[in-house]
Amino acid sequence: MRLSLRNLALATTALLTLAFALIFFSAPNDADQGFIQKIFYLHVPLATCALGGFIVAAIHAIRHLRTGDAIHDARAYVSIHISIIFGVAVLVTGAIWARASWGKWWVWDEPTLVSFLIVFLLYCTYYPLRFAIEDRDRQARYASVFAITAGAFVPLNFIAVRLAQSLVHPRVFATAEGGMTGGMWLAFGASLVGMALLWMTLVRFELVAKSVSARISRLRRALDAEAPVDRGSRVAPSVPSSSTAAG
Amino acid sequence: MSAYRAILAKDLRVELRTLQSVPAMALFALTTFVLFRFGLDRESLSGSLAAGVILATVLFAAILAINRLFVAERDEGGFDAIRLAPVDPASLFAAKATALVVYLAALELLALPAFAFLFLDQWGGLPGVAGVLLLADLGLAATGVLVSAIGTNSRARDLLVPLLLLPLIVPVMIAAAGAAAPMLAAGGPSYDDVGRWLAILALYDLVFAAIGYAVYDFLLED
Repeated sequence: MRLSLRNLALATTALLTLAFALIFFSAPNDADQGFIQKIFYLHVPLATCALGGFIVAAIHAIRHLRTGDAIHDARAYVSIHISIIFGVAVLVTGAIWARASWGKWWVWDEPTLVSFLIVFLLYCTYYPLRFAIEDRDRQARYASVFAITAGAFVPLNFIAVRLAQSLVHPRVFATAEGGMTGGMWLAFGASLVGMALLWMTLVRFELVAKSVSARISRLRRALDAEAPVDRGSRVAPSVPSSSTAAG
Repeated sequence: MSAYRAILAKDLRVELRTLQSVPAMALFALTTFVLFRFGLDRESLSGSLAAGVILATVLFAAILAINRLFVAERDEGGFDAIRLAPVDPASLFAAKATALVVYLAALELLALPAFAFLFLDQWGGLPGVAGVLLLADLGLAATGVLVSAIGTNSRARDLLVPLLLLPLIVPVMIAAAGAAAPMLAAGGPSYDDVGRWLAILALYDLVFAAIGYAVYDFLLED
């Protein structure tokens, strides 16, 4: 049913290359904003994937609470992790775009930007929350509760922030997308799918990396238990996992 | 239902006897007003500035109560007692949320007149503002119970509660400030867009009450 990680990575590379080729060579320059508008093809797909990733994390978290299977918690964790990294990219590209088209690095009256910042700040608290709870099971459960709560918060927050301005300000994206030509849509679609694949690849990669490192530390513990005379007396008792680089 | 009433009565009685939360919140609110007086360098406030000051003060003061909400349960074994007792744990969370609403309402009963006395020239909008605050309290209680339960069982309790709570209540701040600002306008209260804002507040209250109801079980089991 699913592609192997290698094929997924190859598909991602191919599609993103195609998307960038379309963005730079095929999509027309925006009449108002010129070349800088092309950051739109990077910024909007990144934001869509980041927000989608938060929703995916909430779904994994629901599954985790339903089944109690730790793999769903790991998936929720990694989804949020990658989405936060995408979120940093969204804020940076957004600020660059704002500077280029509105003359300021940050614009408080653009609801999408502000909503995204709030959501981003909320998800940043996922790490302190997770690592402030020692008990493994409880950590996973509380993290899932957070992921569900925050997942429901995402649409609610967008509604609230948008309504806070909808009477005064026209929506930038409604006009921008309404005026998109076929070539622009093609580049945008390719970029969106490419970014989604990139997100999936990174999530899968991180999950594999996590399970491998867990297996290595399990093996190392087993090794230490079997041969305590060898190296255990020096390294093992106090710092069992700090010799990762050496191993 | 009887468990709900018993826990709520217990919490309110404890608060009445020890006076741990509400007086501290009221004092905090007063001090914050003084800070705003000098921070903004204004002797009277109106409109969105007034709404922002009263709401920011109440929301920050709420953190004090939310921090302490489950401390007795954790320290004195209340969580274990609830798990052992043949009652729905929902009653614990519902009772805690109600207690939090009562604390916040008590705080506002003290803080709103003080705010009006210190800053406002026009008192006509105060009943409306009180209504907005009450609706905000419901959402704050729903979110606060969740955050408090999470924070209480973690190592960094006092750190985690404000960190988690503040971004979660941004929509409350947006909607409540939006509704309260015209009520506190300099030329007398107006109720232009109030319906829209109250609808958002009510939506927030409903959504977070539903989420709390869906997940409370997992915050308790161990």
